Amino acid sequence: MNDKAERVRNTKRRPRGVRRATQIKDPMVDRVFMVGVYVLLSTFLLIVLLPLVYIVASSFSSPLAVSSGRVTFWPVDFTLEGYQRALGDSQILSGFVNSLIYTTAGTTISLALTVAVAYPLSRRDLWGRGPVSLAIIFTMLFAGGIIPTYLVVQQLGILDTRWAMLLPQAVGVWQVIIAIVFFRSSIPEELYEAAQLDGASDLRFLWSTVLPLSKPLLAVIALMYAIFQWNSYFDALLYLRDPDLYPLQLVLRNVLILNQATPGMDATAQIERQQLADLMKYSLIVVSTVPIMIVYPFVARYFNKGIMLGAVKG
Amino acid sequence: MVIIDDAPADQSTRAIVAPGPRRSSRGVRAMSRSFRRHWQLYLLMIVPLAYFAIFKYVPMANAIIAFKDYNVVDGVWGSPWVGFEQFERFFTNPVFWTLLKNTFLLSAYVVLVSFPFPIILALALNEVRLRFFQRTVQMVTYAPYFISTVVVISMTILFLSPKLGLMGHVTSFFGLGSIDFLGDPDYFRHIYVISDIWQTMGYSAVIYMAALSSIDPSLYEAAKVDGANRFQKILAVDLPGIMPTAMTVLILAVGNVMAIGFEKAFLLQNSLNLSQSEIIPTYVYKVGLLNADFSQAAAIGLFNGGINLVLLLVVHYTSKRLTGTGLW
Repeated sequence: MNDKAERVRNTKRRPRGVRRATQIKDPMVDRVFMVGVYVLLSTFLLIVLLPLVYIVASSFSSPLAVSSGRVTFWPVDFTLEGYQRALGDSQILSGFVNSLIYTTAGTTISLALTVAVAYPLSRRDLWGRGPVSLAIIFTMLFAGGIIPTYLVVQQLGILDTRWAMLLPQAVGVWQVIIAIVFFRSSIPEELYEAAQLDGASDLRFLWSTVLPLSKPLLAVIALMYAIFQWNSYFDALLYLRDPDLYPLQLVLRNVLILNQATPGMDATAQIERQQLADLMKYSLIVVSTVPIMIVYPFVARYFNKGIMLGAVKG
Repeated sequence: MVIIDDAPADQSTRAIVAPGPRRSSRGVRAMSRSFRRHWQLYLLMIVPLAYFAIFKYVPMANAIIAFKDYNVVDGVWGSPWVGFEQFERFFTNPVFWTLLKNTFLLSAYVVLVSFPFPIILALALNEVRLRFFQRTVQMVTYAPYFISTVVVISMTILFLSPKLGLMGHVTSFFGLGSIDFLGDPDYFRHIYVISDIWQTMGYSAVIYMAALSSIDPSLYEAAKVDGANRFQKILAVDLPGIMPTAMTVLILAVGNVMAIGFEKAFLLQNSLNLSQSEIIPTYVYKVGLLNADFSQAAAIGLFNGGINLVLLLVVHYTSKRLTGTGLW
């Protein structure tokens, strides 16, 4: 419905003559082909969109409507019960707070370290940067494995601490490469020469010239790290035992997938309790995904840039 | 795909430096000059390089416990050597072939089936002239990439659960009764692949969109002059234009066949579908962390990593010879 209205509006905005001209030129085959293209894309659109709509609609529906399958793409017996449950759960709240901490701290650490290694490696006159770059890229091809890495975390004594969430994945090779390519292609060599004539040191130049010129890059990399941190559960599963340290995703896994009962539901009858628990799942999915979906439109633009920066020619 | 371009700097220095016996002393001089001039940059790199040393290279060294019988008291270096015993134990384990088959089939299925979808999406998007429609489709199909694996799998489970899922109503509507998609091992791979396509199709299409936008416009003019219709234009101009990109993506995917993600398979696993859903990475996790058999887990991990490295190299060199496109 909406699409169609938009399409009409869009065509109206075009100058008339242009549209008619292309229409006459288009042979029949092409017009049939374009109909096919629109049908195909609309199908893709619906396939991605409808499951999301279904989840949101269910999250606002009554427990009974959800479990009896009466909900399709619009809330039935509108209620906020699921959200009250989800947000009232102490486990989930602490997961939310933990994830915020891990995401802010982790992104800061990762961004600082990435720039600290990528900028020197982007300087062509730095002796030894070839072997160092190779050593870093090699870690992309081969890794010690889960257990040997676990042993390192254990030896460092950061097992079951917040550091275990921040350090083991701090620097991404991919991000380092993107940053190197960016510094190489976007910071003119003349600026460096000028800075040298002015007697600026390397750090001074990095801080007051390179970084201000690299804001788009910093945004891309920070967002990549932030989303990675917010969405990850694997490191928490490996390294954390204390439930108070669990990030949101691990709490979600326990509640949504392992069906671990959350406390505070004993009073209600068995069936009702189960229905409410099921409803809460939908609300939880919405609550945990909303932060990402809010930043996503901004992120997407930068992400595209990042992908293109990384994919030099290929 | 990734080029850390050494050539220009090296060539220019080489042009100035005369080849001969004095070369090594010049190298030393270049080094000390670089250190004196850029000591701040070297200082800056220390912490991140320490990160790579500690969290990437020490684990590689720790992987020698695969050839040992690790115990906590003696540690990595003190534990007794056992040679290839850990590997033999794994190869003679009855689950070995099942694991290998599951891992390989799942990855190959993902690689082959999810490969064409982003290409089709990008080609179709490229034809659309309505900017609003184009942007809407792109934004919406891109969105699931940012949803966490945990949430995507939870959604999948909710849809497929026989008692309250949407699919349960669909199948009973068609008179098929309620099918337990999650409990039947035969459905596991399909669920995995379909949810994978759902999540990554839009994201993967972006790279092809970029490739399409960099195609030389004169090729389209030429195609038009030759009287090509839109479909012929796609075959003659668009497809060859994105071929190098597609090859790179495919090489990376095939090269990573054994490195298929732990996260998703682990979340989709349940006691009923384990016969097809148990793959090497999830098995390593269970052997290592749940059974605390560190050496055995390290050996299996090393085996998997080794296969993966070999595969990547083979695919890279084969592709380089056949198509001229490789990873480096």
